[in-house]
Amino acid sequence: MTELSQIRNFSIVAHIDHGKSTLADRLIQSTGTVQDREMKEQLLDSMDIERERGITIKAQTVRIDYRAADGQDYVLNLIDTPGHVDFAYEVSRSMKAVEGSLLVVDASQGVEAQTLANVYQAIEADHEIVPVLNKIDLPAAEPERVKEQIEDVIGIDASDAVEISAKTGLGIGDVLEAIVTRLPAPKGNADAPLKAMLVDSWYDAYLGVVVLVRVMDGVLKKSDRIRMMQTGAVYPVDRVGVFKPGMLPVDRLGPGELGFLTASIKQVRDTRVGDTITHEKKGAETPLPGFQPAQPVVFCGLFPVDSAEFEDLRDAIEKLALNDASFSYEMETSAALGFGFRCGFLGLLHLEVIRDRLEREYGIDLITTAPSVIYHVYKTDGTMIEMHNPADMPEAVHVDRIEEPRIKATILVPDDYLGDVLKLCQDRRGIQLDLTYAGSRAMVVYDLPLNEVVFDFYDRLKSVTKGYASFDYQMIGYAQDQLVKMQILVNDEPVDALSVMVHRARAEARGRVMCAKLKELIPQHMFKIPIQAAIGGRIIARETISALRKDVTAKCYGGDVTRKKKLLEKQKAGKKKMRQFGRVEIPQSAFINALKMDE
Amino acid sequence: MAEDLQAAGFGLYVHWPFCQAKCPYCDFNSHVSATVDQSRWQAALLRNLEVEAARIGPRRLDTIFFGGGTPSLMDPALVGAVIDAATSHFAPAEDIEITLEANPTSVEAGRFRGYAAAGVNRISMGVQALNDADLKALGRLHSAAEARAAFDIARGLFDRVSFDLIYARQNQTRDAWRTELGEALTMAVDHLSLYQLTIEDGTRFGDLHARGRLRGLPPDTLSADMYHDTQDICAAAGLPAYEVSNHARPGAESRHNLIYWRYGDYLGIGPGAHGRLSAGGTRRAEAALRAPGAWLDAVESTGRAVADEMELSPEDCADEYLMMAMRLREGVELDRLDALRGAPLDDRVLRDLEEMGFIGRSNARLWATDTGRPVLNAILRELMLDRVA
Ligand SMILES: Nc1nc2c(ncn2[C@@H]2O[C@H](COP(=O)(O)OP(=O)(O)O)[C@@H](O)[C@H]2O)c(=O)[nH]1
Ligand SMILES: C[S@@+](CC[C@H](N)C(=O)[O-])C[C@H]1O[C@@H](n2cnc3c(N)ncnc32)[C@H](O)[C@@H]1O
Ligand code: SF4
Ligand SMILES: [Mg+2]
Repeated sequence: MTELSQIRNFSIVAHIDHGKSTLADRLIQSTGTVQDREMKEQLLDSMDIERERGITIKAQTVRIDYRAADGQDYVLNLIDTPGHVDFAYEVSRSMKAVEGSLLVVDASQGVEAQTLANVYQAIEADHEIVPVLNKIDLPAAEPERVKEQIEDVIGIDASDAVEISAKTGLGIGDVLEAIVTRLPAPKGNADAPLKAMLVDSWYDAYLGVVVLVRVMDGVLKKSDRIRMMQTGAVYPVDRVGVFKPGMLPVDRLGPGELGFLTASIKQVRDTRVGDTITHEKKGAETPLPGFQPAQPVVFCGLFPVDSAEFEDLRDAIEKLALNDASFSYEMETSAALGFGFRCGFLGLLHLEVIRDRLEREYGIDLITTAPSVIYHVYKTDGTMIEMHNPADMPEAVHVDRIEEPRIKATILVPDDYLGDVLKLCQDRRGIQLDLTYAGSRAMVVYDLPLNEVVFDFYDRLKSVTKGYASFDYQMIGYAQDQLVKMQILVNDEPVDALSVMVHRARAEARGRVMCAKLKELIPQHMFKIPIQAAIGGRIIARETISALRKDVTAKCYGGDVTRKKKLLEKQKAGKKKMRQFGRVEIPQSAFINALKMDE
Repeated sequence: MAEDLQAAGFGLYVHWPFCQAKCPYCDFNSHVSATVDQSRWQAALLRNLEVEAARIGPRRLDTIFFGGGTPSLMDPALVGAVIDAATSHFAPAEDIEITLEANPTSVEAGRFRGYAAAGVNRISMGVQALNDADLKALGRLHSAAEARAAFDIARGLFDRVSFDLIYARQNQTRDAWRTELGEALTMAVDHLSLYQLTIEDGTRFGDLHARGRLRGLPPDTLSADMYHDTQDICAAAGLPAYEVSNHARPGAESRHNLIYWRYGDYLGIGPGAHGRLSAGGTRRAEAALRAPGAWLDAVESTGRAVADEMELSPEDCADEYLMMAMRLREGVELDRLDALRGAPLDDRVLRDLEEMGFIGRSNARLWATDTGRPVLNAILRELMLDRVA
């Protein structure tokens, strides 16, 4: 157990790529927490997909032992949080487990939208904040200008900002000293009844469910019998320990400490993030203020390309869900696609990550249907249904009105691209709330329907601004609008997996784009294929894929057989990746790509 | 099954891997070499032939085909030596067909008399186009007039002369091709090979195409129209297609190539040559080393130059037979196909294709129709066996 005065708990907030993971690595390395030879780049990003995409998804912690300039030994606990907006919720709850934040800003880029979103969460959690300007080794670094920007835009004092290069190691010692001298020690009482916050939990193949805790009051020991205050469940504690960053058992965790416990808990779903853990006997009376569980906001259907793989998909989804309580699923049947699952996600990145893991780790080829948000459909009989699948849309005569979720989007963009960004937001039915300038960058705030953002807004934004814009959002509530269900008919048969909810005024344009896209995405067949978009029974757009007219090898003599046969076999195997709709084969990628709008 | 596989005849293919220049569209195993030691090549070809013939044992030899590369760069004496050796190792059919591929330059035409004396009785000439601008674009070393002259010389010396044209070329219009084809037909031939230009990977055209720098290629709709025009014009002139790209007066078909398409047996000699040989109820696929130097070294030290050799399963044979024979107007023999695949073709698929007009069938045979042949790959993808990928 460590004296409260010797503990500092902190997180690092940053826009993506501003150097959060690199800085964490340097802190770990320079304090000898990990031997150099064990050092892999980006220690804290453990999952493959995270490594590949260079993003952090789950919160991770590491305990760093540090002897400071004052000669005293300190324990620094770092929580590394995901930077992407889909996982903003994880950021907010991790923030509640620590007292301070390092605000890392790339000195060559300046403040970005995620910088803002994350720093506001730190401010909300009452953190002490130390600004850190990273990448000052770059010729383009402008520390003075960025300091001004931090003061102007965020409104915190940046005169004492630490200037570093996480890449070269310059200034890392100053960061460690700033953590000790400028961040507050945690408060707590070792003699009070146990109160520990359940920050996160996940499944480990060897240990079962691992629970990340922050002890507020009291002491947590091995063999204690603990009670989860929300669920009432009681468990004997098997192990307590800390992350260095590997799991290291310790005897006890006292106030102010961050660590883990295991207690033969079967499923991640048996734990509630934000719950308060206390002792079974002589426990605390009142729990810590809890937090709302994360709610899925984006839904889509996942179907196996090969319908025989449905049971494999079920197993895989169940296994993934054990470790990710923010992901929901239920069985779904589609006329065209057969059996699959309707799944809910925190956002599109979350959707992609889960889909990638299912395909990669479990080897299942998937068809992903159009992502949908949750609509509130008010029926004429006075009831309301929460609809997240256009297939569930009641008949028009029974519908009184439909409300859709809206978000407040914050976009930072260089002046030059402002016009394009405004046009994009306008096209997506946005309502401008604010437009201000910070240096040569504009900050635009829009109220936008989530359904216009969910799909490819971020991609479009990146493309119209050549990657210079940054974007973040939060949900703000529901509002009524003129929404209709648009169906797509391929060869005169409706393909339910391609149905989408659209705004009436945008339906025709959307329909035209989708039909044109499908015309490109569906290969020519031996017969012609009409593709139509319809609302109710009314056709609003149409394209035709003409019949294949030429596909033959001009020359094929004795020596060519082997090679040409391999080619045909490969093409034939390719056809297996398609789904058959009546007589038409639709490639698996068409379902998602049909929705992309390159206006 | 053995008799069945051997029933479609037996041919010898001899590959000559050298050319005077590399054409930008060509992905054949052809190389440009400053000097070629013809006597060394002669010795190696004869040795390779002897060793392979001994392995195969006695067969009746129906055809010999000298292909390339540019076989019209071979010494007539070398050609003669190979023909003599082949017809002594194997018993020649009475009406043996011996073809040589020739490029129509004047130099090569000068050797034609020698080839005829050596025993060649059929010439297949690479004319490719009948106007000089297009010949130049195709990287050819001869003019249209030279090609016509070479063709006339060949007609005087050989019973059978065919020539090749490449169409659906860059910037070629439908009308221009119809006119050009008409001219070709007035040259009083009884066999024509008419290939649509194919852009192959690893060629100069392939590279240009990959970089978006090959302009004027016809879209599929235009090349489909050109294909249909070709069928109509040739049929009206009495040279209907007997294969996807080959047209002949009835009886004037290339018998050597028919062996390939009827999935008969053939032995390949020379760099990169392929063979299909059946014996004892099984069928082997063989391929020789492609690089001329490596092939020469291997043959000189061991008599053989095998790069790849494998026994084909009956299912592999079924797919190969289907691929080859469906190219022919006459199509496949269903009994033979079913015996190889072990099961009949899916009747539902056949009915579907038949209803759309792509295939025709009788009790004994299945074939691609005039509508089906231009989309033969799509038909084959439906009919070939499913394999685990
Ligand atoms: N030049 C330079 N590059 C840096 C520095 N710190 C990080 N980077 C690079 O910036 C990129 C993003 O860093 P990373 O730590 O993954 O950022 P994160 O997304 O905030 O975790 C990586 O390519 C790093 O190598 C620095 O101080 N100087
Ligand atoms: C073995 S090749 C060449 C024979 C001979 N060396 C010549 O060039 O005349 C046989 C024929 O294939 C055709 N050919 C070769 N490459 C082709 C391509 N990429 N596209 C279409 N036809 C091609 C040409 O018509 C050529 O005459
Ligand atoms: S087309 Fe004929 S001449 Fe031209 S490179 Fe190919 S084989 Fe040689
Ligand atoms: Mg990172």
